[in-house]
Amino acid sequence: MEKLFEDFSLGLFVWQALLFIALVLLLKKFAWKPILDSVNDREEGIKDALDAAEKAKLEMENLQADNEKLLKEARTEREAMLKEAREMKNKMIEDAKDEAKEASAKLIAQAQASIETEKKAAIADLKAQVANLSIEIAEKVVREELSNKDKQVKLVESMLGEATLN
Amino acid sequence: MRRKIALKPITLLLLLLTFVSYGKEQHGHGEAKTDKKSEVDAFIAHHLKDSYDFNLFSWTTEEGVEKHFGFPLPVILWDNGLKVFSSSKFHHGEEVAEVGGSYYKLHHSKIYKVDGPNGEIVEDEHHHAVNEKPLDFSITKNVALIIMVFAIMFFMFSKMAKSYKKNNGMPKGMGRFLEPIVLYVRDEIAIPNIGEKKYKKYMSYLLTVFFFVWIVNLFGLVPIGMNVTNNIAVTLCLALITYVITTFSGNKDYWKHIFWMPGVPVPMKIILAPIELLGTFIKPFALMIRLYANITAGHVVLMSIIGLGFLAKNFIGTPLSLVLAFVLSILELLVAALQAYIFTVLSALYFGMAVEEHDHH
Repeated sequence: MEKLFEDFSLGLFVWQALLFIALVLLLKKFAWKPILDSVNDREEGIKDALDAAEKAKLEMENLQADNEKLLKEARTEREAMLKEAREMKNKMIEDAKDEAKEASAKLIAQAQASIETEKKAAIADLKAQVANLSIEIAEKVVREELSNKDKQVKLVESMLGEATLN
Repeated sequence: MRRKIALKPITLLLLLLTFVSYGKEQHGHGEAKTDKKSEVDAFIAHHLKDSYDFNLFSWTTEEGVEKHFGFPLPVILWDNGLKVFSSSKFHHGEEVAEVGGSYYKLHHSKIYKVDGPNGEIVEDEHHHAVNEKPLDFSITKNVALIIMVFAIMFFMFSKMAKSYKKNNGMPKGMGRFLEPIVLYVRDEIAIPNIGEKKYKKYMSYLLTVFFFVWIVNLFGLVPIGMNVTNNIAVTLCLALITYVITTFSGNKDYWKHIFWMPGVPVPMKIILAPIELLGTFIKPFALMIRLYANITAGHVVLMSIIGLGFLAKNFIGTPLSLVLAFVLSILELLVAALQAYIFTVLSALYFGMAVEEHDHH
């Protein structure tokens, strides 16, 4: 203990106190404060960034869920639309078919009617022509026959012969 | 850039070395040549003391002439007025220095006033000098080292602080190495002991004391032999600052726990008060003694083991002592950091006690 007191140097104590306190104050201003502030800022920045990332992740998840929902809705809507379209198509085809059938039936009926009248007209025409033709033929034949006696007799005979056969 | 930073302290050191003067003494030593053992003892005792010049090494030539290699430091005395002179006037304690009509002489690394140019130190029966001692504020070797550490720390940490600004909040160069240590002091020493809310106020002191003690301890291990922390004046100063900060930041609860301990019967309160009060002094006192004793003991043991090598002078003893000294040096490196850590942790703990908010019982 005595040695401790003997070794104690007031000058060294005063210098140490002065220099050390000056060092604390100087470093506080020029080093510790800026260093700790920067570190703090950085740490806070990292924390904020992490929070933001977490938030963004959550948002992304929400968005994805929304997207999924929207997609699902769109799919059902599409299916409904397709179904409707298919039904509409079938109906249209059906309608068209009916209409076509009706129209064709009508057309056929019209055609048949006109064919019938044409046929009748043709037949009447034919009849008239045949009648004329046969009168002409008959006239020519009679004129020829009656110019020759023998032939007249022959005709009479063949007619007679036919008549007897009947 | 990084290389440049690393080189700067070395340049500083070299610059210091250029002031080195080559001291050559022609005085024959009056004392009889003592044996090696007491020579080693004296050397260790001398090494542990502060000195007025920066002696890098000295040796004795074959003719018994002592030679010193180093440079003098300014002596500042207050003795009927300020007296400033170079320590080279003492000629390593062999001559009386005459300054402004007063005469001073070195005796066991301390300055005493003597009567005249041939004045002698008068000793009493306990070998204590009875001469008058002037008030001494000299830049001794230890003060010089404190100034050097001051400069190094200021340079290092202000540079580090600037690198944050230049580099978008990221340290560069030395700061890369220093930042984890700074953060360690904050996260492992300050916050757990003082608390998240109040630690900020104490960070400047804790960081400064941690790095100061560490760097100074490391310098103590450098062969030029500067030991600041084995001076009781230095550790007392640091412990006193811790005590003052603790006392001034003590809140109501802190004082209540000292003078009127809650939760114990009244007679116990009366007994506890002086014990607790004494405790507030003992804590920094222990802080002071611990740092002083650890570093001093380390130096004494290390130098004794090196001294053993000189005493043994044989093929087994000398190498063994060198190996031991090497191992011990490594241990001292650990002790240097450990003592800085312990001083800082305990300071933080005391601050924490002073500002702690107790749950009311």
